[in-house]
Amino acid sequence: MSNTVVDLSKRHSEKPVFSAEKMTEIQTLMSQFPEGKHKSAILRILHIAEEEFGGWLSIETMDYVAEILSIEPIEVYEVASFYSMFNLEPTGKFVFEVCRTGPCMLVGSDSIISYIQEKLDIKVGETSKDGFFTLKTVECLGACGYGPMLQCGKKYHEHLTKEKVDELIAAYRSGEFPK
Amino acid sequence: MARKILLEHDEIPGIETYAVYRKNGGYRSVEKALKTMSPEQVVEEVQKSGLRGRGGAGFPTGMKWSFLAKPEGVPRYLLCNADESEPGTFKDRYLMEKIPHRLIEGMIVSSYALGSNLSFIYIRGEYMWILEILEKAIAEAYAAGFLGKNILGSGFDLDLRVAPGGGAYICGEETAMIESLEGKRGNPRMKPPFPAVKGLWGCPSVVNNVESLASVVAIVNDGGDEYAKIGIGKSTGTKLFSACGNLVRPGVYELEMGLSVEEFIYGDDWCRGIANGKQLKACVPGGSSVPILPAHLVTKTAAGENRLMSYESLADGGFASGSMLGSGGFIVFDEDQCIVRNTWNFARFYAHESCGQCSPCREGTGWMEKVLNRLEHGNGNLRDIELLEDINKKIEGNTICPLGDAAAWPVAAAIRHFREEFEWHVTHREESQSRNYGLLLKEPLMQ
Repeated sequence: MSNTVVDLSKRHSEKPVFSAEKMTEIQTLMSQFPEGKHKSAILRILHIAEEEFGGWLSIETMDYVAEILSIEPIEVYEVASFYSMFNLEPTGKFVFEVCRTGPCMLVGSDSIISYIQEKLDIKVGETSKDGFFTLKTVECLGACGYGPMLQCGKKYHEHLTKEKVDELIAAYRSGEFPK
Repeated sequence: MARKILLEHDEIPGIETYAVYRKNGGYRSVEKALKTMSPEQVVEEVQKSGLRGRGGAGFPTGMKWSFLAKPEGVPRYLLCNADESEPGTFKDRYLMEKIPHRLIEGMIVSSYALGSNLSFIYIRGEYMWILEILEKAIAEAYAAGFLGKNILGSGFDLDLRVAPGGGAYICGEETAMIESLEGKRGNPRMKPPFPAVKGLWGCPSVVNNVESLASVVAIVNDGGDEYAKIGIGKSTGTKLFSACGNLVRPGVYELEMGLSVEEFIYGDDWCRGIANGKQLKACVPGGSSVPILPAHLVTKTAAGENRLMSYESLADGGFASGSMLGSGGFIVFDEDQCIVRNTWNFARFYAHESCGQCSPCREGTGWMEKVLNRLEHGNGNLRDIELLEDINKKIEGNTICPLGDAAAWPVAAAIRHFREEFEWHVTHREESQSRNYGLLLKEPLMQ
């Protein structure tokens, strides 16, 4: 359980609205569940909302999702605050989520975490001054045989070394997304 | 003992596509089951096969299926647990990524056996790219007539959906997974009622691991009796192991159960030994929740017999000198690893992942993390070791779901086998901050 609380001071200035295309996708997802059970689509919709509205879930975004699902806003808050993948406050453009759990630690994740902190001049949980990178540590991502590793967006970057971290940072900064 | 059943064809280019998968014998089990077998006959074959759940608990799949309630007019659901989150485990990911149709085929046959017309794959949210692979494969299966209405003219309808989680280990527990599938926080439910009676939306449901469902394909194709001939004793079939830690060649391996642990760690066909020419210090053979084994109990049992990769042999000696096969997450530690640090790391994991519903787990995992943290960082005292044992006893067996036990066992086992190393962290505070304890020098008395 993450101890996240919903911070009411963090807001989106405008009401978020899905594009017509995204809305159709969401309607399809909701219709995959039996009549009256469309709340089951909530996690999928929250993932999409996070992607569409700046990489985090504001109160406005969560209220909007509640509206789409015809449920109470609290039902969205309690879900969004339970699952650690959701960011409830703004992040940098790219979030580096480095696995810190045992199997990755055995093959050197501690030194990768230190190196990223040094390189970006931030601590875990902080965002770099240029707003490009937020560094987080996360629990096991199921890449234990290919560690150390980090996830950025949907992408897993495995077998990390200091050189690879340098390349990753340069690639994300320059806008040519690394493979 | 190299034998590929699940990962057969995993090296064929394009095997992730329907066309290539089909050309290599894919979906034969669906044809066989839907055209020549009754649902009851499929269940019977799975019972005969002796297949045991591959998620961690090892409960016989056929028996689990036989518990499914079948009240008239109430839908039943088959739910695939792809929330692979047990530290050390990355086998289901490999299977789904490489051969997505294998899981889909297994789910169609299993759904037919159980009478589910709407089945779900619940996949951990971080595996979003695999969700996309699965949805693409599912679309191909619909187009080929293996999903949808009246499959192969049998009158059997099946819709198959994929739903993502959001980064919560607890959702691998079956009732938490069901809560999450209903769009709620992943808090495990009290049992009974079991999911087989009241599961998803209050309807009878079966929850099976990815690998278990994929194994059903071979069971239907070759028959349960044939499948039961593979493996050793009650550990029938092949098993995927995900090997990690300080190994020359970590990765996902399919093996026939009964291979010796020694061969698996050191053999040329397998992990090829400890990395960087180091020595083995310890091994957690079935994912972070199972007891750690010190080197002298990894390849041999306490009685001096060869330890094998099977449910029974890995558990030989009980918790005193054995462990468990668990999820097949095989974590190997070399001589440079600190057991106190790793135990603290795992405790931190469970403290982070406790859903917070039951006080013994919510508070206990937090306390264990704090006490281990101070021991690891040279701020502990000898009473802390007893304190850990005491907290352990207060968590174990006192929670709704097994997360509490899963958090307690690794700590208890680490102290049982490496007490001297914990004590050394107290008696050599400063030294313990600059170097590791190294290997255990003497073997504890055999029990």
